[in-house]
Amino acid sequence: MEIRSPQFKNNAREALVDENLQSALGKMRTGFTSKRAEARARLPEFDDLRDQARDIKDHTLAHLDLYYEAYEEKVTAAGGHVHWARTAGDARDIILQICQDENAKLVTKGKSMIAEEVALNDHLEEAGMEVAETDLGEYIIQLRQEPPSHIIAPAVHLTRSQVEKSFRKSHTHLADDRNLDEVSSLVNEARQVLRQKYIDADVGITGANFLIAETGTSIIVTNEGNGDLTQTLPRVHIVLTSLEKMVPTLEDVSTILRVLARSATGQEFSTYTTLSTGPRREDDPDGPEEYHVVVLDNGRSAMIGSEFQDMLRCIRCGACINHCPVYHAIGGHSYGWVYPGPMGSVLTPTLVGIDKAGHLPNASTFCGRCEAVCPMRIPLPKMMRHWREREFERHLTPKLSRTALGFWAFLAKRPALYHLSNSVLVRLLRVLAFGRGAIGSLPLASGWTRHRDLPAPERNTFQELWRSGGYE
Amino acid sequence: MNDVRNKSIAARSEIFSDLKRNLDIGDEKAREKRVRERLSNPPRNLIPERANIPHSEQIALFREQIEAVSATVEQVAAAADVPAALASFLRDNNLPSRLRLGSDEALNALPWNKTPNVDVQTGRAVPEDAVSLSRAFKAVAETGTLILLSGADNPTTLNFLPDTHIVVVSAKDVVGTYEEAWTHLRETQGKGSMPRALNMISGPSRTADVEQTIQLGAHGPRQQHIIIVDDL
Repeated sequence: MEIRSPQFKNNAREALVDENLQSALGKMRTGFTSKRAEARARLPEFDDLRDQARDIKDHTLAHLDLYYEAYEEKVTAAGGHVHWARTAGDARDIILQICQDENAKLVTKGKSMIAEEVALNDHLEEAGMEVAETDLGEYIIQLRQEPPSHIIAPAVHLTRSQVEKSFRKSHTHLADDRNLDEVSSLVNEARQVLRQKYIDADVGITGANFLIAETGTSIIVTNEGNGDLTQTLPRVHIVLTSLEKMVPTLEDVSTILRVLARSATGQEFSTYTTLSTGPRREDDPDGPEEYHVVVLDNGRSAMIGSEFQDMLRCIRCGACINHCPVYHAIGGHSYGWVYPGPMGSVLTPTLVGIDKAGHLPNASTFCGRCEAVCPMRIPLPKMMRHWREREFERHLTPKLSRTALGFWAFLAKRPALYHLSNSVLVRLLRVLAFGRGAIGSLPLASGWTRHRDLPAPERNTFQELWRSGGYE
Repeated sequence: MNDVRNKSIAARSEIFSDLKRNLDIGDEKAREKRVRERLSNPPRNLIPERANIPHSEQIALFREQIEAVSATVEQVAAAADVPAALASFLRDNNLPSRLRLGSDEALNALPWNKTPNVDVQTGRAVPEDAVSLSRAFKAVAETGTLILLSGADNPTTLNFLPDTHIVVVSAKDVVGTYEEAWTHLRETQGKGSMPRALNMISGPSRTADVEQTIQLGAHGPRQQHIIIVDDL
């Protein structure tokens, strides 16, 4: 998919005045956060489980080569095939080849962020196949030819009436005067339209939330059941996954599953957690006859041993996104590629380059909510800081920012001068406030004052207050 | 296909050599030993206390949890009571009297002939089936989660295709935690072996993809009914 991250600032500006988007975002700002908080409160061990989940993943990453050897052996023994892809293009080619060997005309898909990352649908469609997204959110955005705006809720940027319009436009075989006022009627219509696709599909493609080394198993975690119909009914099942999805054992995945759904949607457990191992067995009356796993690297092996290794613990729950004030303001599309919010601000520069995605790690107030809620305890702000440093080192930071930073560094290194300029500035701001306590418009800070007042300083600088003992 | 296969083989060796170069390998023998031990004798991690309660309370917890996600549950004393319970469930919900089930021995041994108003068909589910019946391998109390195993006994399609999925579970198969289920699984399947599909299911299919409004019956069953049998 086209990388629109370099236009981040412009994307964000448009998002802020997009009424439909702002209305949709208004609904997501509180729902996810309160549900997660309630789920956490119901499980006293929740934070201890997060520590263990982090440790399990750290252990796995430290032994990743060995766990993959064990995993591959198990998959092969169960009659499945493991394919390895160094790049997005390699992954596309492998999947296309499997589909062509099957003479596939119709391919159904469960929700997969890796498929978005490698832009799989376009590739299969260019080869003449029909690709049907089956997750409701993915189906909606496929109809609208849009990318997902959230990793677990792809259509969260849309209102009900926008979905209704898309259905009316696309489902032309249905009566024009049908009533689609309720969410339930939209869900029913999608169910009815997609039902036949599952049955007719030649190949079903899903992602994987986890791989288990002990048993050679891939796992999908869903609520709709679309992933299961996608992988159970066609003759061929392809699992598209990425290098970091490994966990050692059933016990280990259980621990991580205990924090996944609670962090994502506040559910105790997702509706469907499906563990798949190989193709249909001899006496099985259903299930795919071929089972392929495509493991994508795409830069991840290079993250091992780097300051971004912790990001490989990510289980894609979306909690950091759900709690991010920047995401709440601008939505997912502004980030310009597959992964939005804090996790995207760390991951996107790794996958597409800091030269293209430099705005993302800068679009953070470092409020720290993302790290505070991350079930895998990923230090997201710290890693965004690493990216800012790399950007600075590579002279990608805009000239004005570099000059301002240089000026600030000059002052910060000279305490007497710093204190003096601070105390002058504080008094100057008080003058500019005309005794109102707030400043309505300020040159060089118009980005702030255009949307809200800048509070005027009370009396003295922080240092002056501290010295006088007046700060408590 | 050859070109793609060769590329995959090359990618594999590149990925492994990158991993080995970037990882802090240190004592290779000790690494291998740690992995071997973890895989052959998986340690249990922290297990929440929630389900550390007497068995009768675990059954109540299972019920409470899965009812909270819109499943319905009833408990009967004997296996022989199941067909009648099913018949009245179908009647009360205005459902067709035709049921699809697999070749599960316990389910097929039920006295179906004493319930003439239920028509039983065996095999995998087909798109026309409205109601299916499965037997769960285990029911996990901590989150109200059924565990079903694929195979001729309880084909996977029964869990997803029909609008209504009815699941029979023996009271003795209600366990507290996932870990207990894995212990039983290893006993029945052999260590390190899995059925083709193991489905963990909590309630009927749902979605919240339109304006975060929860809606049941997205693609899988619209309705899930569970019958706990004391003596099965």
